[in-house]
Amino acid sequence: MFTLDVTMTAPSGITILFGPSGSGKSTLLRSVAGLVRPDAGSIAIGNRILFDASSGRDLPVRQRRVGYVFQQLALFPHLSVGDNLTYGLRDRPVGVRREQACAIAESFRIQHVLARRPDAISGGERQRTALARSLVTNPDVLLLDEPLSALDHATQSRIIDDLRAWNTSHVIPILYVTHAHREVFALGDRVVVLDRGRIVANGIPHEVLDLPEHEGLARIAGFENVFDGVVTERRPDVGTMHCTLGGSATELEVPLARGELGAPVRVAVRAGDILLANEAPRGLSARNIIHGRVVSLLREGPTVVARVDTGVSFVVHVTPAAVEALGLVPGRQVWLIIKTYSCRIVLA
Amino acid sequence: MDWTAIALSVRLAALVAAILLVLALPIAYWLTFSRWRGKFAVEAVVALPLVLPPTVLGFYVLLAIGSRSPIGRLWTAWTGHGLAFTFEALVLASMLYSLPFAVQPMSAAFAQLDHSLLDASATLGAGTWRTFARVVLPLSAEGVIAGLVLSFAHTLGEFGVVLMVGGNLPGVTRTVSIAIYDQVQSLQYDAANRTAFALLAFSFLVLALVYALLRKPWAVAPLR
Repeated sequence: MFTLDVTMTAPSGITILFGPSGSGKSTLLRSVAGLVRPDAGSIAIGNRILFDASSGRDLPVRQRRVGYVFQQLALFPHLSVGDNLTYGLRDRPVGVRREQACAIAESFRIQHVLARRPDAISGGERQRTALARSLVTNPDVLLLDEPLSALDHATQSRIIDDLRAWNTSHVIPILYVTHAHREVFALGDRVVVLDRGRIVANGIPHEVLDLPEHEGLARIAGFENVFDGVVTERRPDVGTMHCTLGGSATELEVPLARGELGAPVRVAVRAGDILLANEAPRGLSARNIIHGRVVSLLREGPTVVARVDTGVSFVVHVTPAAVEALGLVPGRQVWLIIKTYSCRIVLA
Repeated sequence: MDWTAIALSVRLAALVAAILLVLALPIAYWLTFSRWRGKFAVEAVVALPLVLPPTVLGFYVLLAIGSRSPIGRLWTAWTGHGLAFTFEALVLASMLYSLPFAVQPMSAAFAQLDHSLLDASATLGAGTWRTFARVVLPLSAEGVIAGLVLSFAHTLGEFGVVLMVGGNLPGVTRTVSIAIYDQVQSLQYDAANRTAFALLAFSFLVLALVYALLRKPWAVAPLR
């Protein structure tokens, strides 16, 4: 249990709310929608105050003019796609309702399934229906809770394109919750990272996820290897320094950062940034070539997670084809190849 | 064959079921969605008729509507005669007695709903009433109908409460269950057999019809 304590502003365009499960992203979304009542603070869209604890103002959900796409989509199973779309348009004449529903159905390419029920259309069509339904009422803000996680990449991309296109003509803030790195880079104009109820980073995706400052953020951003190290050499003239890892003889050349000789540092490396070789490589630009032994190989979907012992334990991601081509088995001698700039110095 | 008694019973059951349809919906809705800490007490009260001997309920109803009670006196002032041992008294007693049979299936159906559907309805601008009419009710249709049918069937078969509160007056409060009892007591087994069988056949037809209708496509399961 923790407290969700957030202060942020989201401009028009897509702001990603990123973080591990249980970090409070969905709660934040639900607070904006009014489905959850915060204990203190305020929430406003432009000049419209939705919630203000000090004045007691708490606008009911139905008056907030938010569009919300739920994680489970929450399409009304007993209504057709068309009726789902017109559900929120009740205070307009029937002709107008139908027109607007058809128009948005075309924007999101679901006009051919308007008469069908949600259980009779594909996953991608359901997602687009949920999206269209939330946008047809012209909300002031769009809230999306992991809307694309169940879809394949190609379908995701097309829906993201539709959303972007819609956003250029309807300029509103969009808050998009996800825990997948891919979606952050594919979508985000800005990303806000949440961890245990607090914002730990806020900026453009590249800054926040590729250059994590804090170890907590590094773990969230997918740096599987984080080591305690000691600075052994500083080379300010070339912008690098050397560290030994985990009290072993394993030494890495890393980008220059704060830390005097002998000072402790934390070094983070992504498992996907490490190359493996089954014989000592020559003629490479990489500055870190470390000898080790394969301890284990574990297939996880399209990736093989290899654990390699070099004196410290590294996690390396390779493809199953690579495992086969290199003849990798537990116990085999391997060499790890790590670029200097794949190593990040993080604050503990 | 005591047609008067059969007609009386059917009228009673139909009237009680109709009244309970209106009464039980808000009760069931509140029981499902309220977070009040005292809710358990209300649930217990609603469920009482399931465990109380009919004679206990009948006794208390009689006390509550007797000629010396406030309700009884009010009724006498309105209509010129007592409330006890009338058809109206049977309706009142049956409403109390069949209440849990209406409320519980409805409440169970509401509880099975996907809550995100209710949230979605709210974000799309619908208030509580609209959400109830357009989302909750259609998706709980089976439970509501089950409540309707069960309260009808339960009222049809009542004996103890009806005897105590109604007093077995032919054409007024002599329901078919009591008529059969009377016929057996007076050794008219043939008559009892015919009446009982008629009730059995009728009840079966009603139930079978309703369960057959529940197969209709609009009774969609609310969970994805």
